[in-house]
Amino acid sequence: MTGVDFDEISCAGVSRHFGRRHAVSRVSFDAPRGTILGLLGPNGAGKSTLLAILATLLRASAGEVRYGRFDASAGPSLRARIGVLGHDLFLYPELTAFENLALFAGLYGVPGRGARARAALDSAGLADRADDPVSSLSRGMRQRVALERALIHAPRLALLDEPFTGLDDASTAALVARLGSLREGGAIVVLATHDLDVAEGLLDHAIFLREGRVVEALARPGGLRSTYRSVMGR
Amino acid sequence: MPSWFLPAAAVCGLMFAASPLVIAGAPYESTMGLVQKIFYYHMPSAWMFLTSSLVCGVASARFLAGGRARHDRQAWAAAEMAVLFGLLTLVTGPLWARKSWGTWWVWDARVTSSLVGWMIAWAYLILRRYGGPGSEKLAAGLALFGMANVPFIYISVNYWRTIHPATSVVPTLPVSMGFPLWYCVTAFLLLFVLLLTLRMRVEAQQARLDALYLTLDERG
Amino acid sequence: MLRAIWLILRKDLTVEFRSREIATTTVFFAVSCVLAFAFALVREGQAPEDGAAGILWIAIMFAGNLALGRTFERERQAETLRALMLVPAPRPAVYLGKLAGIVLLLAATEVLLVPLVALLFQAGLLARPFWLVGVVAAGTIGFATVGTLFAAMLVRARSRDVLLPVLLYPVTVPVIIAGVRATAALAQPDVDLGIVQFWLALLVAFDVVFLTLALWTFEPVMTE
Repeated sequence: MTGVDFDEISCAGVSRHFGRRHAVSRVSFDAPRGTILGLLGPNGAGKSTLLAILATLLRASAGEVRYGRFDASAGPSLRARIGVLGHDLFLYPELTAFENLALFAGLYGVPGRGARARAALDSAGLADRADDPVSSLSRGMRQRVALERALIHAPRLALLDEPFTGLDDASTAALVARLGSLREGGAIVVLATHDLDVAEGLLDHAIFLREGRVVEALARPGGLRSTYRSVMGR
Repeated sequence: MPSWFLPAAAVCGLMFAASPLVIAGAPYESTMGLVQKIFYYHMPSAWMFLTSSLVCGVASARFLAGGRARHDRQAWAAAEMAVLFGLLTLVTGPLWARKSWGTWWVWDARVTSSLVGWMIAWAYLILRRYGGPGSEKLAAGLALFGMANVPFIYISVNYWRTIHPATSVVPTLPVSMGFPLWYCVTAFLLLFVLLLTLRMRVEAQQARLDALYLTLDERG
Repeated sequence: MLRAIWLILRKDLTVEFRSREIATTTVFFAVSCVLAFAFALVREGQAPEDGAAGILWIAIMFAGNLALGRTFERERQAETLRALMLVPAPRPAVYLGKLAGIVLLLAATEVLLVPLVALLFQAGLLARPFWLVGVVAAGTIGFATVGTLFAAMLVRARSRDVLLPVLLYPVTVPVIIAGVRATAALAQPDVDLGIVQFWLALLVAFDVVFLTLALWTFEPVMTE
């Protein structure tokens, strides 16, 4: 299924409140094709909320999100170009890894979904566990399957919420390489993470969030940890 | 407070205070005598119950379509009015029935349908109260379904009842559109509008307060 | 869109076949329900008139309520309902997929329940099987149509377990009235088809109206 396509995403003054509290407050940024953008910040900073807004799961209370010429009202054709790795993994525990991937490949209109699912499992290094129910996999393995699910339809925009959680060094390196190749392929990757060491050197842009607000935005960031400390200390 | 509110409230209060006099002046209904007078409160209550339910349903539809908070407040206030006037109807009804026909409850089509409708209004309030954040949209969905259900409820209850004949004969409500009836209808309508406005205002103030907190949060 | 519905339905069936948890517990609960009513209402071996029809439909509604809750509880576990909402199919497809699953589950329960009720209460329910199937199907679809929407709506709400019946039962009053009246009419020795047709027509109208309404309101109600 072909959807709309876009060369960049942009947020302009995006806010979202729940009752009396802002979860996200006047966040603005742009991310063109072939970029990896990092959302960094402590728990409760609004990273997950912002990702949910970008995924069209939540509506912004104020401000605008644009995907090239389009916005969230483009509906199904926009969703076809977005892949999401959520905090909760979006996998059916009773189904096998293969079945989960094949199901979502089918739902996203990927041709030859069975073969695609197998290929995805190979690249995650889980081909031998393909027919085991997801509930029997370790957290790290589930994370890898969930990542494959998010990317199975080769999305233009990949939204990843804490993708490095539970991964061992080998898997982390593999994921870093994977994100690099996504960037080569012209995807826009927005990832929220706590893991500053991994993010170091990976990110093209870094946005530091605290209490829903952008406190710092850097291009080509280096020395993330020290920047983080100085920015969050304020 | 809109400028018309206090004068209207005064008028309403006076009308209700004078209503016993007006009702007493109405002619005695031949078969039921004095007891029938409760009808002058019962029927307007029933009409206001119906009106509130309608307002709630329409406001909910508009809220779902447009997302404007004002419609949500209107729907919530109207649901509360529906429960209130429905309660009045369902209390005055049996009181009348008991005195006139000796039974507290009859499974009449109109009465039973009103009861079901009243329960849907109650369910709306329970959902708003206990559903947690985000229950505005859910409640709007419920109200919409409730409103769409009205013909089905009425038809099914009506034919359910007639196949097993009722134990007592329920007369149709008297159609004498005399002055006392219209007087009371006006009083009740005024009361409905006043209460609705008041309730909506409370919610609007709350929303304004929340917005202020939000601005503070943003500055902070 | 059709493909999405089919994939979701197939997924639900697969998951269910693996564990058979919801199916077996629903059936067992429905049977216990029927027995409880039998003990409560049957006197000297005689059920009250039309008791069989009433008991059948109450059991279906109670069991259906439980099944709805459990089905959507499953979708809550890994937030998979959100994942389904992200899919490029039109969002009502998710609703229809889940609806189909619930209807099939209830149908499987009823296949066991109807003969059981007919047997226990010596009701001539099975005399006109086609009409009976029609009535039970139309009523089940009506109940499931409203129930699936409400259960989906409540997935992220607090107190969702108790709120589902609170919302569902008043709104499905026409279904239970029509279902019971039609079934009772079918159980009479001399069946008045006119009555059955009337109630069946009402059920079908209910199904059409509420299915349409559910399809319209699914997306606005489910998005924040």
